Amino acid sequence: MKHAYTWGGILVVVFASVLGDVLLARAMKQVGDVHELWRRAGLWAVVSRTLGNANFFLGVTAMAVAFFSLLFALSWGDVSLVAPAAASLTFIGNAFAAKVFLHEKVDRRRWLAAVLVAAGVALLAG
Amino acid sequence: MTFRKYLVLAGVTVFAAAGDSMLSHGMKQAGNISLSHLQNIILALLNPWVAVGILLLLAFFAAYMNALSWADLTYVLPATSLGYVLLALAAKFVLHEQVSPLRWLGIALISGGVGFVAGGPALTSHEHSKSPPFDSAQGELLAKNAINQAPAQDNVHAVSSGVRR
Repeated sequence: MKHAYTWGGILVVVFASVLGDVLLARAMKQVGDVHELWRRAGLWAVVSRTLGNANFFLGVTAMAVAFFSLLFALSWGDVSLVAPAAASLTFIGNAFAAKVFLHEKVDRRRWLAAVLVAAGVALLAG
Repeated sequence: MTFRKYLVLAGVTVFAAAGDSMLSHGMKQAGNISLSHLQNIILALLNPWVAVGILLLLAFFAAYMNALSWADLTYVLPATSLGYVLLALAAKFVLHEQVSPLRWLGIALISGGVGFVAGGPALTSHEHSKSPPFDSAQGELLAKNAINQAPAQDNVHAVSSGVRR
């Protein structure tokens, strides 16, 4: 039963952080290249356009959910399982989500990178 | 990719790694926080390690948002994972901790993954090309090039408006 709680918690963390990353990435694409924007309209334009973006707020909220569910998951399971599992599954989930929702061209090179990084993070954090 | 953009990616990596480790160091000094002792959170915030760690994580977030404004999520994320490598290297050479062979393998895998992504274009998504070009003449030229045949040098823009699989 404790096992089910732990993995349920890990899945919630992964889902929320993938959702957060996708929303934040979409928000910043809507804001546009901040270097250009800063040069044209100043820092204030960058800040107000970012903070005024609905996706940005949803993304930050999802990240907060991910953070607190990570705390819960850590209280149910071992750090050595929860931390690497959540981190590496988030990398794989993000590659899927970026392809489907952000229409990024996730080619073989990027899939390979996502898998290598996920495996590496699992080894380092474990 | 300009030098400035590489600096932003370096900021994402370094701020995340430094912020996390300072926060973790500070929280170990501050002790446990439980729902029945919520006032401990305030005490924890007064710990200089925790305070600086939070500032560094805010800097990480700003750099991360900056990077996402001009690069793909699948391009930026592997860069953030380099932070794990930095932490392991710091553990070995600064703190003189033992780094196990499995961890070295992890470092190698992450570095390999980052190398794969860094060799490719930073931006491939369509959304970015929808935003009005900052220099309209240059923008039109880029769009034309992308439709016909893109010059190899500008592969970032070419892919962003080219055929999607």
